[in-house]
Amino acid sequence: MSLFLIVALPFLGALLPGLMNSAGRQACAGVTFTVSLAAFIGLLTNAPAVFAGEVVQTGVEWLPALGMNFTLMLDGLGFFFALLILGIGLLIITYGRFYLSRDDNMGEFFTYLLLFQGAMVGIVLSDNILLLLVFWELTSLSSFLLIGYWKHLPEGRQGARMALTVTGMGGLAMVGGMLILGQIAGSYDLSVILQNRELIQDSPLYLPALLLILLGCFTKSAQFPFHFWLPHAMAAPTPVSAYLHSATMVKAGIFLMARMWPVLSGTPEWFMIVTTAGLVTMVLGAVIALFKHDLKALLAFSTVSHLGLITMLLGTGTAFGAMAAVFHILNHATFKAALFMSAGIVDHEAHTRDIRRLGGLRHLMPITFVIATIAALSMAGIPLLNGFLSKEMMLEEAHHTVLFGSHWLVPALAVVGSLFSAAYSFRLIAHTFLGAKRDDYPAKPHDPGAGMWLPPAILVVLVVVIGVAPFLAEPFVKIVTASVLGDTATVPKAYFKIWHGLVPALFMSMAAVAGGILLLFAFRPALRFWDAAPRPEAKTIFEGLIAGVVAAAQGFSHRLHNGAFSRYGAIMAITVIAAGYHAWATGTVGEATRTMQPAGPVPIAGWLMLVAATVALVFQHRNRLLSLVLIGIAGLMVSVGFVFFSAPDLAMTQITVEVVTIILLLLALNFLPNHTPVESDAMRRTRDAVVAVAGGLATMGLSFHYLMRDAIATPISEFHLANSYKGGGGTNVVNVILVDFRGFDTYGEIIVLGIAALLIYALTETLLSGPVRARLLNRKPDKPLAGDMHPTMMVVLTRVIMPVVLMVGFYIFLRGHNEPGGGFIAGLIVSIGVVMQYMASGFSWTSARLRYPYHGIIGAGVLIAGLTGIGSWFVAKPFLTSDFTYVRIPPFQEFELATAALFDLGVFLAVVGAVMLSLESFSRLARRAHVRDSEHPMDIDPSRDDPASAEGEA
Amino acid sequence: MELLVASAIGVLTAGGIYLMLRLRTFPVILGISLLTYAVNVFLFASGRLTVGAPPILQKGVETYTDPLPQALVLTAIVISFGMTAVVVMIALGAYLGSDDDHVDDPADPTSEGGRDAT
Repeated sequence: MSLFLIVALPFLGALLPGLMNSAGRQACAGVTFTVSLAAFIGLLTNAPAVFAGEVVQTGVEWLPALGMNFTLMLDGLGFFFALLILGIGLLIITYGRFYLSRDDNMGEFFTYLLLFQGAMVGIVLSDNILLLLVFWELTSLSSFLLIGYWKHLPEGRQGARMALTVTGMGGLAMVGGMLILGQIAGSYDLSVILQNRELIQDSPLYLPALLLILLGCFTKSAQFPFHFWLPHAMAAPTPVSAYLHSATMVKAGIFLMARMWPVLSGTPEWFMIVTTAGLVTMVLGAVIALFKHDLKALLAFSTVSHLGLITMLLGTGTAFGAMAAVFHILNHATFKAALFMSAGIVDHEAHTRDIRRLGGLRHLMPITFVIATIAALSMAGIPLLNGFLSKEMMLEEAHHTVLFGSHWLVPALAVVGSLFSAAYSFRLIAHTFLGAKRDDYPAKPHDPGAGMWLPPAILVVLVVVIGVAPFLAEPFVKIVTASVLGDTATVPKAYFKIWHGLVPALFMSMAAVAGGILLLFAFRPALRFWDAAPRPEAKTIFEGLIAGVVAAAQGFSHRLHNGAFSRYGAIMAITVIAAGYHAWATGTVGEATRTMQPAGPVPIAGWLMLVAATVALVFQHRNRLLSLVLIGIAGLMVSVGFVFFSAPDLAMTQITVEVVTIILLLLALNFLPNHTPVESDAMRRTRDAVVAVAGGLATMGLSFHYLMRDAIATPISEFHLANSYKGGGGTNVVNVILVDFRGFDTYGEIIVLGIAALLIYALTETLLSGPVRARLLNRKPDKPLAGDMHPTMMVVLTRVIMPVVLMVGFYIFLRGHNEPGGGFIAGLIVSIGVVMQYMASGFSWTSARLRYPYHGIIGAGVLIAGLTGIGSWFVAKPFLTSDFTYVRIPPFQEFELATAALFDLGVFLAVVGAVMLSLESFSRLARRAHVRDSEHPMDIDPSRDDPASAEGEA
Repeated sequence: MELLVASAIGVLTAGGIYLMLRLRTFPVILGISLLTYAVNVFLFASGRLTVGAPPILQKGVETYTDPLPQALVLTAIVISFGMTAVVVMIALGAYLGSDDDHVDDPADPTSEGGRDAT
C-alpha cells in the first residue's frame, strides 16, 4: 500500500466515528477498528521491502520553493514505530470499546483517537522535517483533545492544558531547531540531512540546533525537568493513557532522538545533555513512582523512568546503546500498555485505583491478576520476561559509560533506578492483588469480559515469547537498529540471549531485584520518610509560573490598554512619531531634485480656507452642528485641491462622498447630544495639543520631503499610461486602472463596502430589537421638530430633479471609461438623488415605492462584477481579463463596448446599495423615534382632506 | 505650492490627532474624518503635484500626471465612507444603549459592565 494511504487512512477515517455516532457504539468502534486495520495491513505489505533493508520512499511537491514537500519514507525505524502505533492502536480500540461507559460520546472519542493515530504515523513516516513538524504539532493538539476528553473533570482539563503548554512550547523550540538544521544541511529532507553528519556537527550552529531539538524531544518524552506533565495527563480515560503513554505520544521524542541519532549523537554535548537528563529522569521517576498510591500515577512515573532509561541509552552514543534502546522501546511498549490496561480494568471493576483501598484481588480477578503480574514482573526485570533482557543490556551499557570522569556514577545510578523500578513493580503486584481479600471495595470486583482482558493478554503473550525466545525478536531489532545507526556505525554482533554468563550486568540486576524486594518490606517506614521529606509540587510550581506570566502580560497590556481609547490613541500616535523620527534621524537625506512650483492667489486662498476651517473646527468642535459645517468646508477644499492638481475623478468622488457623509452625520446627530461638554483639564489638552502638533509637523515634513524629490524607483504609472487605451480601450487612465488593471482590487473593495453596509444594517436590527427600541419610542426629541417636515417646495423640487439626477448618473457612468466619471461616482450621484427623496418626501413614502431591497442591489453588484470576471475563464483567460470592441449602430456614432463597463456596472450597483443601505438604516432608527411619519409625501396637501394629517400638523 | 500642500496635510493631521484624543464619540469621529483627508491627500501627493495635466489621454498631449495614486485614493475615499458609517453606527448604538457617549471605558479594566456599549 502506498505510504500516502497509510498516513491518510486514519485522518480520512477520523470522520467516520463521529458520523456513525447515532449508529451505535458497536458501529463506531467497528469502523474505527476497520480503518486502523486497513492501515495496519497496508503497513505490513511494505514489510518485505523493509526487511530486505530497502527504504520505501514516495512524495509529491508541496512548496518546493520553501523546501517543504510532502515526502514520506519508510525504513526500519519508521516501520517499527508505525507497527507499534497501529498495532497497539488496534488493541486500544478494542479495549476502549468496552471501557467507555454509555454516557461517553464514543464517536467523539474515536475521532480524536484516529486523528492522533494519523498524526503519529505521519511523524514516523515523514521524510521532510517541516512536514514532520506539522504532524508533531498535530499530535500535541489531538492529544490535548484526548487527555481532556472527560470535559466535566477539572483535572482532565487542567492536565490537558498542562500537556499542551509543555509539549507546545517544546514544539515551538523544535521548529527553531529544525529550521537551523535545515539551513545547515541545505535541505529539509531527512534523507539528505542524515547524510551530512560532519557538516552539521562542525557547524557553529550545531549547539543551538541541538539544544532546541532536544527541548522539543524532552518535553514530548517527559524528560526531567519537563516530566511533570505526564502524571497529570493521567486524568484521561485509561485507553488514552495506555495508548499515549506506552507506545505513542511520549515515544515521539524518543523516536526523534533515534531518527536524528546519526547526525546529532556522538558529540560531547549530546552525550552530556542526553545521558544526564535520561539518568536523572530514570532515577527520579522510579523513586516517585514507588510512593504513588494511584495505580495510574504509579505507572505514569514508571513511564517517566523508563523513558529516561531509553534516553540515557540513546545518549551514550554507542551502537550497543542504540540497540538496547530500540529493544527496550519494544519491550516497554508491550508490558506498559498491558499494565495500563490492567490498571484500567481494576479501576473499571473495583471503582478505585487507590492502592491503599485495594489488595487481595487475585481471588476475585484471576485473569487480570495473571496479566498484570506477568507485565509487572517484566517491568521489574525478572528473567524469562522481555523486560529482563533489555534491562540487562542497559546495565551492560551503563557499566561501560563514563560520565563526568566517573566510572561508577552511571552504573550506580542505573542500579538505583532498577532497584526502585523493581520495588514499585512488586508493590503494584503485592498491594493490589496479593494479601487478604477485603470487604470494603467500592464495588464488587470481578474479571471483565473478554473484550477488555484480551488486548492486554495478547501483549503479555508477546512479553513472554520475547522473554523466553529472544532470538525471535533479534533480527527485527537489528534491522531497526541498523536504520537508527545509518552509516555512522555497524550493528553490534551481540546475540540476544537469557544467559550471558556471570557478567557484571547480572550482578547489578540481581542486586536491583533483591534490593527491590527488601525495599518493599521496608515500605511503611520508607513511605513515612518520603511523606515527611519536603519536595516541590510540580503542579503548584507550574500553575504559579503560568499565573506569573499571565499577571506580567496583563500588567503590561493593561498599562497600555486600560480600556481608554484616548490613552492608546495617544500611545499609538507617539509611537508612530517616534519610529518615524528614528528613521528620519538615522537615514540619509538626499538633495532636493524638484523645484518648488510657484503658488498663485487661488491655491493660497484655498489653503487659507482649509487651514481656517480646520483650526476653527478644532476650537469649535464642542458645537457639533457648527463643526459639521466646518468639516464640510475642509472636505470641499480637499475636492477643489484635487481638481486643481489634475485629479477630476477624485474631486467628483470626494465631493459626492462629502454629501453623503454629512447627511449621515446629521442623521446621527439627530440622536447624539449636540454639544460636547468640557471634561479634560488644561494639562491634558496641552498634552494632546503637543502630540497633535508633533504629528502634524511630522507628516508635513515627510510630505514636503518627498514632494521635493523624485521617486527613488521609476513609477509603474508609465505602463498604465501607455497601455490604457491600447489594452484597456479607455482614455481615462484612472478608470481603466480601477476596472481593468487593478480590477481585482476594486472587486475586493466593493465587497468590503457591501460588508460594511450589511454590518450597519445588522447593528441597526440588533438595536431595534433590543431595549433601545423602547427607549427610542419613549424618546422626547431634544430639538424642536419642524412644523412642516416635508415642505411642498422641496418635495416638488426633488421629484422634478430625480430624472435629471438619474440621467446625470447614467451619463457619468457611461463616459467613465474615457472621461472623468465611472461606476463609483455615478453610484454616489444616484444615491444622493434617492436620499433626497427620503429627505423631502419621508421614509414611508419612499420605501413604499422601493422595488428592490438594497441588500439585493449590493448582491447583484458584486455578482455582476464577479460573473464578468469569471466570464474570461470561458475564453481561457485569467479572472477579470477585459476585452472590448467598437460597434456602430446607425444612426449613432461608432461606440465602444467593453466588458469593463459590465464590471463597472457591478461597482455602480454595489456602491448604490451600500450607501443607501447605510443611510436607510440610520433613518430607520429615526423613524422609530418620530412616530409621526405619514404615508403621504407632503404634510400639507390642499387636495387631500385627511384628518390624521391635519392632526399631525397641530 | 509643495509647501502649501505639505502644510495642509500637516494641519489636517494635527487637527485629526487632537480631535481623535477627545473623550466623546462625536469629536473622535470628526478627528478620524480629518485624518482620512490627510491620509488621502498624502497618498495622492505621492504622485507629485502636477497642474493642468489630468490623466485623460488625448492626442498630441505627452505629459500626464501619475494616475495610479489617484485610482488608489478613489477607492480609499469610498471605503472611508463605509468605515465612517460603521464607526458612527457603533457610536450611536453605544449612546442609545447606555445614554453615554464617552469613548473610554471606566479606569478599572477588570470590572465588567459600567459604560458598556450597546
